[in-house]
Amino acid sequence: MGAGKLQVALYWGAACGGCDVAVLDTNEFILEVAKVADIRFWPIAVDGKYQDLEAMADGELDLTLFSGAVRNSENEHIARLLRRKSKLLVAFGSCAHLGGIPGLANLSSREAILATVYQGGPSLEPGSSAVPQTVTAVNGYELELPAFYPRVYRLADVVDVDYFVPGCPPAPAQVKSVLLAVVKGELPARGAVVGAGERTVCDDCTRTKSAKAVKRFFRPWEIIQDPERCLLEQGILCLGSATRSGCGVRCPNSNQGCRGCYGPAPGAVDQGAKFLSAISSIIDSKEPREIEAILGGLPDFVSFAYRFGLPASRLQRRHGG
Amino acid sequence: MTRTISIDPITRLEGHGKIDIHLDEAGGVADCFFQIPELRGFERFVVGRPIEELPRIVTRICGVCPASHHLASAKAVDGCFGGEVPPLAHKLREMYYQAHFIHSHIAHFYALAAPDFVLGPDADPAVRNILGVVGKVGLEIGGQVIRARAIAQDIQRIIGGRSTHPVWCLPGGVAKGLSTDELAEIRPLVAQLSTFADFSLQLFRDLVLGNPTYVDLIVNGPYTLDVHNMGLVDANDAPNFYDGQVRVVDYEGREICRYKPDEYRHYVAEHVEPWTYLKFPYLKQRGWHGFKEGIDSSLYCATPLARLNVAERMATPRAQVAYEELFAALGGRPCRALLANHWARLVEMVQNVESLQAFCADPEITSDAYRVVPQRITGEGVGIVEAMRGTLTHHYTCDEKGICTSANLIVGTTNNNAPIQMVTKKAAQAMIKPGEEPNQGILNMIEMAFRAFDPCYSCATHYLPGKMPLRVRIFRGSELWRELSR
Repeated sequence: MGAGKLQVALYWGAACGGCDVAVLDTNEFILEVAKVADIRFWPIAVDGKYQDLEAMADGELDLTLFSGAVRNSENEHIARLLRRKSKLLVAFGSCAHLGGIPGLANLSSREAILATVYQGGPSLEPGSSAVPQTVTAVNGYELELPAFYPRVYRLADVVDVDYFVPGCPPAPAQVKSVLLAVVKGELPARGAVVGAGERTVCDDCTRTKSAKAVKRFFRPWEIIQDPERCLLEQGILCLGSATRSGCGVRCPNSNQGCRGCYGPAPGAVDQGAKFLSAISSIIDSKEPREIEAILGGLPDFVSFAYRFGLPASRLQRRHGG
Repeated sequence: MTRTISIDPITRLEGHGKIDIHLDEAGGVADCFFQIPELRGFERFVVGRPIEELPRIVTRICGVCPASHHLASAKAVDGCFGGEVPPLAHKLREMYYQAHFIHSHIAHFYALAAPDFVLGPDADPAVRNILGVVGKVGLEIGGQVIRARAIAQDIQRIIGGRSTHPVWCLPGGVAKGLSTDELAEIRPLVAQLSTFADFSLQLFRDLVLGNPTYVDLIVNGPYTLDVHNMGLVDANDAPNFYDGQVRVVDYEGREICRYKPDEYRHYVAEHVEPWTYLKFPYLKQRGWHGFKEGIDSSLYCATPLARLNVAERMATPRAQVAYEELFAALGGRPCRALLANHWARLVEMVQNVESLQAFCADPEITSDAYRVVPQRITGEGVGIVEAMRGTLTHHYTCDEKGICTSANLIVGTTNNNAPIQMVTKKAAQAMIKPGEEPNQGILNMIEMAFRAFDPCYSCATHYLPGKMPLRVRIFRGSELWRELSR
């Protein structure tokens, strides 16, 4: 452990590991980081003892990047532990920031999830009736499993979070800029979104835009996407105008609509509400019935409006989750 | 008095995986359970979503192999729309996938496996990591490794717009084609990867094959299992990672079965145990008989080595040479030595590079026929690809409006759930002897057993292939007697 070096941990809750790959994708920069920081805990790449983490003094870590949502009591316990040990706790990536794609599970009950996975499906063992239990006695041994929570939470629902880095995953250039800001002590006021822009994805997109007037929405499979024109003007759902900038416009650059992983646009409280007002304003009609028919072509609106942020949404809060 | 040893790779509170070893009265290993405590439930929460959105939702099952899920999903969705996909779209997807394989295999071999071989299985855990490897082999080689993985990521970005979590595939093809400028950008990158693949094989020869201790560990260590092999093969029975038929070959080399993707449910079933969230796939026609080895076993591995075992030959010439060298050195094909998976990854990487070269030379690759708009919704599809960590099956149904009504997933690492249970027990039995004090060796031995599989519980459930913090707790009755960790 070098004197004066930054003490850093990376950890994931309910996550896919894409955030860790985003850190790896800073490539040679990792070697630079290693010069100024001790990576005390990062299970994908570095040996670390869990007991060491427990034994650390409160606040011993300068920085923890926590990726992943909170799906069960284990995720919550570690989040609390790392909160205590860290001067700066950063919600790193869409899942920790807003709940992420695992948060779509909040559209289903815990019981429905278990029934789907273990009591149905075309490849289930014939006659099988077993379902995982929190406690199982096998040959006289008692085996325990954690039970997961009825819903998914974002990190800030269970602990205080100092900064939020959006993105699924965060763009590697943004990861780099956040780490540099930490090293140089150039972070903004606590509670801010960092590693992102202050505009919308739409503002950064170079597609040609004209007067938006949509008579019909298309599902992505129904149309060949014009690579030059604004997707929304083509009637293809794109959350660019409701979403914070910083990703590098990577989905529109793949000729597909944005799904909002960088979270609500600056100033917008609820991403889905912002998106709904955005698409309402481009519909080329004043007739309520016609508007209804145009919008009716969009199934499952909730999974577009809140693809990455259902646990953080007003909708979720109203239903109490 | 019986005792319990708990190995929490990432302890109970950290979650993601746990091993309990139970000792009998004499102190030998009576039983062993590798528990997976996590579940996210994708199979449930994709129901109700527009079916064409699934390829960009299921990528989040795993950020290490998102392209595997993206492509298996895309193929299942193609099936839901009648299956018409232009040949160019298949070529572009397969081209993309070669680069994805290379990224993952480099990450695994150098960051996860190499520390054991470069620094030695007994090295100080504090340096037994990729930074330690760089320290030992030098910054120049370390830089090359970082560069090569970055190139593999870059090629994916150029072809499909993104590397991690692609959004590129649509029913009927892909959302963007490959321009001549983009192809010109890719060509020199592929040339660098070609050199790097050869370099990696040579490094393996020098470091591992040149060391009799390591060769002995691979061939004679407690890391062999008498279970069968699964992998995807093309029409010539050579490995194909994107398309083909699934072939299952027993550990003596006889074909057990082969099936097309939409026949999978007749050949593979999944057993549920109440003490783990992860299911246990097995060969359905043989039935579930527990964790049993042997020629009648219904269990199989789906790993890089399993893929070479089921393949009669490689698809490309340099890979063929590397394949022959591997089996000649390890006593012929099929090979049951699980540690040879590390070598098999490098052999596969040679085929990945040669395939990339062939796609770059294909005059059609930059043409415009990369997508058709589907004309009908037929309602059901199965997509199978080889994920880096095993055969990956996605099976969807949708209603007449194209809304998902069911999803069934059998992912790479899950195939290996039973073999991992079994090799864990073997390693424990080899290390824990009645009357002897358990020592640090057990941690290494068990960890090396896992690592051969490159298990990805992000995919299967949750945690990443990696350097898992290990803790062994040994109980006398309920009293904590010894505690080991690294």
